[in-house]
Amino acid sequence: MDLLATAAATSDHPMLEVRDVRMSFDDNVVLKGVDLTVHEHEVVSLIGASGSGKSTLLRCINLLEQIDDGQILLDGVDITDPRADSDKVRAQIGVVFQHYNLFPHMTVLDNVTLASRKVLRMGKAEAAERGRAMLERIGVGDKCDVYPDQLSGGQQQRVAIARAIVTNPKILLLDEITSALDPILVGEVLDLVIDLKREGATIIMATHEMSFAKHISDAVVFLEQGVICEKGTPEQIFEHPQHPETENFLKRVLDWMN
Amino acid sequence: MSKHPTAYDPAEFEQEYHTSDIELQRRTFRRKQTGKSVLISLFSTLIFVVVIVAVLSRSSGWHAVQKTFFSPHYFMDSLPAVAKGLLTNIEILFFAAIGVAVLSTLIALARTLQSPVTFPLRFLAASYTDLFRGIPLLLVLYLIGFGVPGLGLFGRIDPILLGTIALIINYSAYVAEVIRAGILGVHPSQRAAARSLGLTYGQTMRLVVLPQAVRKVIPPLMNDFVALQKDVGMVSVLGIIDAVRAAQINVALSFNYTPYVVAACLFIAMSFPVIRVTDWYANRRRHREESSGVV
Ligand SMILES: Nc1ncnc2c1ncn2[C@@H]1O[C@H](COP(=O)(O)OP(=O)(O)O)[C@@H](O)[C@H]1O
Ligand SMILES: [Mg+2]
Repeated sequence: MDLLATAAATSDHPMLEVRDVRMSFDDNVVLKGVDLTVHEHEVVSLIGASGSGKSTLLRCINLLEQIDDGQILLDGVDITDPRADSDKVRAQIGVVFQHYNLFPHMTVLDNVTLASRKVLRMGKAEAAERGRAMLERIGVGDKCDVYPDQLSGGQQQRVAIARAIVTNPKILLLDEITSALDPILVGEVLDLVIDLKREGATIIMATHEMSFAKHISDAVVFLEQGVICEKGTPEQIFEHPQHPETENFLKRVLDWMN
Repeated sequence: MSKHPTAYDPAEFEQEYHTSDIELQRRTFRRKQTGKSVLISLFSTLIFVVVIVAVLSRSSGWHAVQKTFFSPHYFMDSLPAVAKGLLTNIEILFFAAIGVAVLSTLIALARTLQSPVTFPLRFLAASYTDLFRGIPLLLVLYLIGFGVPGLGLFGRIDPILLGTIALIINYSAYVAEVIRAGILGVHPSQRAAARSLGLTYGQTMRLVVLPQAVRKVIPPLMNDFVALQKDVGMVSVLGIIDAVRAAQINVALSFNYTPYVVAACLFIAMSFPVIRVTDWYANRRRHREESSGVV
């Protein structure tokens, strides 16, 4: 944990509250009443077998899916209220998926500045300046004018993260952002996430990188068949899991890694 | 942070569930919104119709146009003959569609062959699509319909057969290009995966590539099918008594243009189901592939 010694202290201000959220695809009930609170500056990891509903939960938070019941509050505002403007809500949430994030027909800089220009209506020069600074920061300052397919997978994911945070969203949702990458490239992407945490970002990430989750998270949530089975600090979850299901899952994942 | 207080049991979660008040309120709100938009669309449609009717019925020539194009008497009078002609169109459509499906697939396959040995085939297929996409359908109909019998090689040939052949030749050139685009749109690793299982080139195409290719291009194919549905009316230039020709005959008898409107209505009625099915299919596919969602 010493690496994160300088991390901003998590505050008591709840940035995201998920209250008893239910969601189904036709008759497949995917989320069966999920409760989750993420405080400002907190990093929460979602772990669980594939199909357990991690991506669906993140998609619900980003209003890409309509929930069947429950409530989601972002910074105290009910974003599941049908009167809420979902475009405005999404502008306050940064999202990075597993892959296919960048728009292949735009340069790296255009990708990063698109939301600033078209959503925030920032001037072209100002947006470009901020975009360049951001790309500089994540170490691809020399790639502004190339197209995404000329970048490595790790660079692409870092640019995707840059694009998600350049508009200062209230919360960042990361959905298995390293699972399509070479092991060698995973590190550079995760390093960037550590940087973001140090700067005080609020992050929810679905991940299969257990050691990374253990290292960076303030809280770990274990999802099993659409239910939060166990939630706790990384120590609690990884060292002393309370539920046999959690233990079982970790055993399967960790056995396989060793 | 404390661990989740509820003991884990998914079945229990589902049994004790009752829809919450807040969700019921949201549903009521959404229902009201939907009701409102339905009312607004009905109202605006009504206004639109009223305006059109008002403008038309006030125009000075309306009465004459109504009499020559929309006469109920001539409508009923010519309906049986035009409908009977439409049966011929449907017959031609049926065989032409099958012919186009076969010929265009063969041409598309020929164009995607890669070995140098097959160059002549590729060249022929490419010339075919270039040539017949450039010639107006009417000219193809004349060339086949009057040119082939003129050769005197085959004795008397039914003009319906010649018209069908002309349609197949013309449409296959377009459809082959659509199918070829679909084939090229299937990711090369699919072909590699199929070949590495030991499938032959033919099997790979038939079992793996073509099914995916056709699925990708079904909407444009349906579009071409709808175009073919109305272009079967063109065979009337060969003297075939189809719906268009039957309407023409009736117009010549009565000097009233209503039979043309009858034919138009019947052609629309024929294409409507296909258009709706196409829309339905495209929507369903978008729903499935792009993983639903409300965006
Ligand atoms: N677009 C969809 N349509 C129907 N079912 C879906 C869709 N997306 C996900 N599901 C189902 O929802 C469940 C949870 O999926 P997901 O949230 O992707 O899990 P995870 O991200 O944890 O692997 C799975 O059973 C999956 O089959
Ligand atoms: Mg997932």
